[in-house]
Amino acid sequence: MSDNAVLSDDYTPDRSKMTVSETDVAVEIKNMNKWYGDFHVLRDINLKVMRGERIVICGPSGSGKSTMIRCINRLEEHQKGSIVVDGIELTDDLKKIDEIRREVGMCFQHFNLFPHLTILENCTLAPIWVRKMPKREAEEVAMHYLERVKIPEQALKYPGQLSGGQQQRVAIARSLCMNPKIMLFDEPTSALDPEMIKEVLDVMVGLAESGMTMLCVTHEMGFARKVANRVIFMDQGQIVEQNEPEPFFTNPQHERTKLFLSQILHH
Amino acid sequence: MANADLAHVRSEEAPTLPAPVSTTGAIGWMRKNLFSSVGNTILTFIGIWLAYSIIAPIIQFAFIDAVWTGDDRQACLATQEGQTVGACWAYVKAYLPQFIYGRYPLEERWRVDVVFVLLVFTMVPLLIPSLPRKGLNAILFLVVFPVVAYFLLTGLVIGDNVILPIVQTAQWGGLLVTLVIAVTGIVASLPLGIALALGRRSQMPIVKLVSIIFIEFWRGVPLITVLFMASVVLPLFLPDGVTFDKLLRVLIGVTLFASAYMAEVVRGGLQAIPKGQYEGAQALGLRFWPMMYLIILPQALKMVIPGIVNTFIGLFKDTTLVLIVGMFDLLGQIQSSFSDPNWSTPTQSYTGYLFATAIFFVFCFGMSRYSIFMERKLHTGHKR
Ligand SMILES: Nc1ncnc2c1ncn2[C@@H]1O[C@H](COP(=O)(O)OP(=O)(O)O)[C@@H](O)[C@H]1O
Ligand SMILES: [Mg+2]
Repeated sequence: MSDNAVLSDDYTPDRSKMTVSETDVAVEIKNMNKWYGDFHVLRDINLKVMRGERIVICGPSGSGKSTMIRCINRLEEHQKGSIVVDGIELTDDLKKIDEIRREVGMCFQHFNLFPHLTILENCTLAPIWVRKMPKREAEEVAMHYLERVKIPEQALKYPGQLSGGQQQRVAIARSLCMNPKIMLFDEPTSALDPEMIKEVLDVMVGLAESGMTMLCVTHEMGFARKVANRVIFMDQGQIVEQNEPEPFFTNPQHERTKLFLSQILHH
Repeated sequence: MANADLAHVRSEEAPTLPAPVSTTGAIGWMRKNLFSSVGNTILTFIGIWLAYSIIAPIIQFAFIDAVWTGDDRQACLATQEGQTVGACWAYVKAYLPQFIYGRYPLEERWRVDVVFVLLVFTMVPLLIPSLPRKGLNAILFLVVFPVVAYFLLTGLVIGDNVILPIVQTAQWGGLLVTLVIAVTGIVASLPLGIALALGRRSQMPIVKLVSIIFIEFWRGVPLITVLFMASVVLPLFLPDGVTFDKLLRVLIGVTLFASAYMAEVVRGGLQAIPKGQYEGAQALGLRFWPMMYLIILPQALKMVIPGIVNTFIGLFKDTTLVLIVGMFDLLGQIQSSFSDPNWSTPTQSYTGYLFATAIFFVFCFGMSRYSIFMERKLHTGHKR
């Protein structure tokens, strides 16, 4: 992660540090379909994410963005097609689901920290219980990541005593403590006040610079411009358009993309 | 010009001042809370009058006019015309052993005392959060203590050697029976209730169905019926020669009954946990049981502490119902002492009931206070 204490708005992360593997596939989704009852929520999704890629997913509310990335760590089950994560195909096999969840971290819109545990306990819980790490070591790892998200001094507080931005940074640190290979973000800044959005995005930029494979559902187009190497636009359960950020924003092709971008860029 | 009035720049800091005296301290508190308006003032005086007219006679009866010593009923009778005699504590003192042990043999009562002491020494440290070694403590209280208490109370005979003479449960009584039923019921109904609540929310249809049937059955039957079934009907169905202690049957009945209520209380807590907590735990790779044990149940149980303790208190008081199947708990034992001519005086039964009230109140109020203490203790910052 970056050592820059504060990222200014015009800070441009060094893209040369964000290497993308040519051969190593992190996530591969093929012809994936999902229904809620009779409602066809995801239609023929195809997506290949190489190791080190940073994907930004955007689209109108209800277009299936959350559902798609939640399928990657099996918080939602898909009914057709295949999802291969880190070389493991997702099936009903609980062992494989566990294995994938250990390698895939996730941050949610509402943080989902555990309110009855301290920040430190939130961070050490999974390493201790899932990775069977000794407590002392888990605490060292946790403090390391809490320093990286710049809130080591809050370690002994409870989530309810922190601001939203701080909570989301804790949530990121908590995921990182499991040393994941892939990170999923589902609108990590949508529930935050404007002045807190930046502190979370800074952490995410730093994470991108460290070479993490990231799939981010977000409408922070500045973030997408800075770090994404691909932007995906979803509408009505389908991937409608995908491209590199510059051409995606300056020259969208599909009508729906144009409409969506005009709505979020000049409201 | 209007603009001149709108624009304003503060030129000096406004000082921070102490709050006005009339709003702080005892006077301020009383003014704000008791005499804030005419209506409130009237209510305050009505309240004082009500409290006085209820509490004063009780104090008069229980302490001022009370008889504290004496060997028989003579001590608690009016010696001259017009004298009012209050509570006859001398009678309670004389009967206290019976109220505590029932008809437990005199020379074996030390065994009950040992059990009481062990109960306090294994349970109290478990209830004090700051004391260490909770795991060991829990094993002592939940495994070692019940086994030791069982043999101490019922007796222990190995081969021909009588180590502790057998005492039939029919001879138990008083506070002993109350506590045996209440403590067993409380300790066993909580885990059973949690299991049933989880079962009722399970994805597995069979588990879910069995849990629902179990819960609804026990909630749909009055406890008195359960006790009659346990003491009268059940033996009819047991094969000849199989005897099965009545106290044990009652214990099982009370426990299952309480666990059904407990299950619904716990289910209420489980329902209040946001889906995000499950997802947060799953995304970290936690499996079902660790997730439940580490994340969901601690929060759900904390949320329903008032309901859990409510069930405990109800159970504690319901122990008095065993009287109707011929067992003598504390209240039953007190009532049966009313037939003793040696102590029959006009205030005997009032005194007995007052004593029962006081004892039950101490236990139930204790549980209530402890629940409030735990709620505060487990409160971790404001919810957002
Ligand atoms: N558990 C569910 N049951 C039924 N429909 C759902 C469920 N979750 C989401 N949906 C529907 O699926 C669609 C996609 O939802 P979602 O993936 O959350 O969209 P997005 O994250 O893009 O806003 C929406 O129309 C939503 O109403
Ligand atoms: Mg969403």
